[in-house]
Amino acid sequence: MNRPDTSADTHAASVFRVHQLTKVYHMGEVDVHALRGVDLELFSGELMVLLGPSGSGKSTLLNILGGLDTASGGEVYYRDQDLTHASEKQLTEYRRHHVGFVFQFYNLMPSLTARENVAAVTEIVRNPMTPEDALALVNLQHRMDHFPAQLSGGEQQRIAIARAVAKNPAVLLCDEPTGALDSETGVLVLEALERANRELGTTTALITHNAGIAAMADRVVHIMDGRISSVLRNATRKNAAELSW
Amino acid sequence: MRALNHKLWRDLLELRGMVLAIALVQVGGVATFVMSLSTYDTLLVARDGYYREERFADVFALLKRAPDSLVGRLQAIPGVERVQTRVVAAARLTVEGFADPVIGTLVSVPEGRPPDLNALHLRRGRLVEAGRDTEVLVNDTFAEQHDLQPGDHLTATINGRRKQLTIVGIAMSPEYMYAIAPGAVFPDYARYGILWMGRTALAAAHNMEGAFNEVSFRLAQGALAEDVIQRVDRVLARYGGLGAYARKDQISHRFLSEELKGLETMAAVFPVIFLGVAAFLLNVVITRLVNTQRNQIAILKAFGYSNFAVGRHYAALVLVIVLLGLAGGIGVGIWMGRGLSALYMEFYRFPYSEYYLHTDVVLLATLVSIAAGMTGAVLAVYRAVQLPPAEAMRPETPAMYRATLIERLGLQRLFSQPTRMIARHIERRPVKSLLSIGGIAAACGIVMVANFQQDAVSYMVDVQYAMSQSQDLTVTLTEPTSHHALYSLVGIEGVQHAEGMRAVPATLRYRHRSYRGSLQGMEPDGVLRRILDADLQRVALPEQGVVLTDFLAELLDIKPGETLTVEVLEGNRPVLAVPVVGLTSEYLGVSAYMQRATLNRLLREGDAINAVYLDIDERDSARIYHALDDMPRVSGTVVRETAIRSFHQTMEETILFFSFVTAILGACIAFGVVYNSARIALSERDRELASLRVLGFTRGEVAYILLGELALATLLALPLGYLFGHELCSYLSHSFRSDLYRVPLVLEVDTFAFAASVVLGSALVSGLLLWRKLNRLDLIAVLKTRE
Repeated sequence: MNRPDTSADTHAASVFRVHQLTKVYHMGEVDVHALRGVDLELFSGELMVLLGPSGSGKSTLLNILGGLDTASGGEVYYRDQDLTHASEKQLTEYRRHHVGFVFQFYNLMPSLTARENVAAVTEIVRNPMTPEDALALVNLQHRMDHFPAQLSGGEQQRIAIARAVAKNPAVLLCDEPTGALDSETGVLVLEALERANRELGTTTALITHNAGIAAMADRVVHIMDGRISSVLRNATRKNAAELSW
Repeated sequence: MRALNHKLWRDLLELRGMVLAIALVQVGGVATFVMSLSTYDTLLVARDGYYREERFADVFALLKRAPDSLVGRLQAIPGVERVQTRVVAAARLTVEGFADPVIGTLVSVPEGRPPDLNALHLRRGRLVEAGRDTEVLVNDTFAEQHDLQPGDHLTATINGRRKQLTIVGIAMSPEYMYAIAPGAVFPDYARYGILWMGRTALAAAHNMEGAFNEVSFRLAQGALAEDVIQRVDRVLARYGGLGAYARKDQISHRFLSEELKGLETMAAVFPVIFLGVAAFLLNVVITRLVNTQRNQIAILKAFGYSNFAVGRHYAALVLVIVLLGLAGGIGVGIWMGRGLSALYMEFYRFPYSEYYLHTDVVLLATLVSIAAGMTGAVLAVYRAVQLPPAEAMRPETPAMYRATLIERLGLQRLFSQPTRMIARHIERRPVKSLLSIGGIAAACGIVMVANFQQDAVSYMVDVQYAMSQSQDLTVTLTEPTSHHALYSLVGIEGVQHAEGMRAVPATLRYRHRSYRGSLQGMEPDGVLRRILDADLQRVALPEQGVVLTDFLAELLDIKPGETLTVEVLEGNRPVLAVPVVGLTSEYLGVSAYMQRATLNRLLREGDAINAVYLDIDERDSARIYHALDDMPRVSGTVVRETAIRSFHQTMEETILFFSFVTAILGACIAFGVVYNSARIALSERDRELASLRVLGFTRGEVAYILLGELALATLLALPLGYLFGHELCSYLSHSFRSDLYRVPLVLEVDTFAFAASVVLGSALVSGLLLWRKLNRLDLIAVLKTRE
C-alpha cells in the first residue's frame, strides 16, 4: 500500500538536505538541464529508491550526493556539511569516510582478491569492519581469496557491496546495482543491500529504472525530466527475496 | 570501403595525441639511424673523392738516400703505374712571436707544376715557381694557428743551417689531413707544420742533389700492394730503405680510418638500440590502440566485414602512423646528418664536401619501421578479429591476476593493497615489464657511453703523461750521437736531469706476422721514462731480451719466452734474434723496449743515443729553448705540457660533441619509455584508478599505484643499465683497439651518477606530466562507461 509522503511523521534525523538543486551540463552549444530544482531530504536509516527513466537526472542527483559532481545551483547539505561549496580535497575526505558506493559495473580492482578489494578501503578509513565480516555479510566468506576474474557478475557485485559497507559509511549510494545482472542474481545482490541496511542501519539510496525493485524501499522517489514528480511511502517494505522482474 | 577510409582519417584525427607520441619515438630512432649512416657515407665519399682528386699515392717508402737514376728500376716493378720521388726533411721552425719550439716536415714539390702524385689542394696563393729557392707553401692548419698569409716569412733550420723562407701559398693535402709530428700521438697544429718547398731548393738545403729519400707509387689496377712492397724493399735495401708501406698504413690515413671506424661502430650500435626501443614502444602503443577499438571491430564484423577487411583497415591505420614517423625521421635525420657531416668536414678539413644519402639507408629505415609497427598491430588485430562479434561487444572480462611470488612466500603482510596491486600488475605482464625495464636500462647504458669516453681519455692522459712519461722535454737528435752529448745538455742552466735513449727503425717479425715499428733502447734505471705493466707497476728491463707492448705481442702472436726477429732498417741493417722477456701495458702507440747498452752492442755501435729526455725548471724554459735552438744536432723539441694540452684539446673537440649528443639521446629514450609506458598504463587503468578516487583515495594515493610501478621499473632498470653500459663501453673500447691507441675501460663513479640522474630526471618529468593527467581524471564518465 503506497501513500503520498508528507515527511511530517518521520522522527529520524536527516542525513541529506537538498534544496532547489539545479545542474546544467554545457555540451558544446547545447545546455542540458539535468536537474531543474530538486528538493529532497534523506533520513537516517531509511532505504530510498530513486526511480526514473534514463536521462531523468537520477544519476546526476546521486553523483552530487556522493561528492562526485558539483551543483550548478541550490544547496546540498550532508548533515552540517555544505557539499555545494566543498573543495576537491574536502570531497575526497567526505567520500573516503562517509560514503559507500556501489556501481552498475562493480568497478573492482582486477589485481586484488575479494578480501583485498575490501581491505583496500578498510585500510584508509576510521573504524572499519574487518574485510572478513564485510564479506560474511554478503555471504561470500568462502570466496574471499578469489580474484574478480574468477567470480560471477553477481558475486562481483556482492564484493562491491561488501567493499562499500566495510567502512561503516553513513550512506550507501547504489547506481543501478542490478543493471547488469539477471533477475535471480539481482535478488541476491538486493538481499545483501537490504541486510546491510537492516543490520547496520546504513542509510541507503538506490537508483533504478526497474519499478519492480521499488517495493523494498521505505520511500520511492520518482524523477522525471530533472524534477521530482512524486514521493511515495511504502506502508510495508517487501523483502528482497520476494521481488522479481 | 569508402566508409572505412573515412573512419581511418577520423580515427587518426581523434588519436592525434597518441599518433604524435608514437611518431616522435620513431622520429628519434630513424633520425639517429639516418644521421649516423649518412654522415659515415658522406665522409667516406668525400675522403675518396679528395684522395682521387689529389692523386693520393698507394704505396710509400722512406729511405736514406738514392740516386735519381734508380727511378727506372722502381718504375719497372710489376704493378707500378707511376713513381714519384721526393726529398723530405725534418726542420726546426721559428715563427715570429711564438716562443715554443716548433718542428716541421719539409716536402719537396716540382717547381712550376703540380706533383704527379700527392698533389696539393691550394687554398690561397700559388705554387712554388722555378728558380725561387726560398718559396714555400704551408699547410692550412699551421697557417691558421699562426695567422700566416702568403707574403709572410718563416725561418727553418735544416741540417743545422738556418734559412729564411717566404710563404707563397696555403695548401692542404690528403697526406697530412691528420698532421702528426713523427713520434707524437696527436696533432698539435701550432707546433708542427708541413712546408712544401721546390725540389731543387730543398735538395740543396738537405744535401740531396740528384738524389731522393722518399718515393711514392701509384699501382696499376689489380696490382697487389704486398707484392709491390716486397720488391720495393728489395730494391731500396741498399739505399737505407725504411720499409715500404701501403696507404692503409700511412699515418694520416690510419688516424682518419680509425675515426671513421669509430663513427661506423657508433652508426651500427646506437641506431640498433634506438630502433629497438622505438619498435617496442610502437608495438605496445599500437596493441593498446587496437584493444580500445575492440568494440568497433565487433561492430564492423557484425555488419559483415571480413576479418581480412578489418585487418587491412587497422594495418592501414598503423601504416599511416609509421609512415608519418618515418618521413619525419628521415627529414630530421637528413638535417642532423648535414649538420654533423659539416662538423666533421670542418674538423678533418676536407676541401669540398657534398652531403651523401645512400638509398639503402632510407630503404632499411623504412623496412625496419614498418616491420616494427606491423608486428605490434598484427598480433592485436588478430586477437580482436578472432572473437565472435557478440562476445567482442561485451566488456572484456576482468584481467586475470594471481598472487605474486613474494606473497606465495608469505610476505604479503609487509605490503599494503596498493603495493600488492603494483607487484601483481608487474607480474601479470612480465614480458612487457621486462621490456620497459630493458628500454630504460638501454637509456642508462647510452648515457654511460657519453661519460666513459671522457673518463677513459683522462685516465689515458694520467697514465701516459703523469706516470709513464714524466719528462718535460723530449729532444730528438739528427743522428746517433755519443752519449757524451748528455753532458752538454745538462750543462744548460735550468736543466735538472737528462736521460738518453736510442731508437732505431725496425721490422719486427714473428713467424708470418710482422710489424713496422721501432726498437727503443732505454736506460734501465731511468726516472723520467718508465715502462709500466697493466697494474701500473714498473717493468724492469732485463739485460738481455726485449719487452713488448702487450698489444704488439698480440698483433705478432708472440709470448714471453719466444724469440722475436728484429730486422733493423738502419746502418748495416742487421737481423737480430731477441727473446721476448716481458710485456708492458700502454694506451698510446706500441713499442719494443730493451736496455740501451744492449741495443748499442747489438747494433755494433758505441755508446750512442739519438733522443734525450729532459727534466727542467719551468722558469728557465725560454733560455733552454734558445740554447737548444743553437745546437745543430738537435732536430726537434717536444714540450710535454703542450703535448698534454693539445691532447686534451683534440679529444675535447670530438668527444664533447659526442657526449652531449649521446646524453640527449639517452634522455630521449628514457623519457620515451617511461612516459609512453605510463601513458598507456593510465589509459588501460583509468577506470580502476577513477574507482579508487571515488572510493575516497586521494590523488597521491592513486598516483602511487600508477607511478609506483614506473618508479619500481626505473629503479630496477638502473643496475641493469649499469651492466649494459659496462658491456657497451667494453665493446666500444674493444672495437677501438688499434696499434695507434687503446681506450681503456675506465668508468668513474661520476659516470654512474650522471647516468642515474639523467634516467631519474627523465622519469621524474614523465611522472609530473602524468600527475597532471591524473588530476584531470573524469570520475563520472569513467564510471558510466563499460570497459
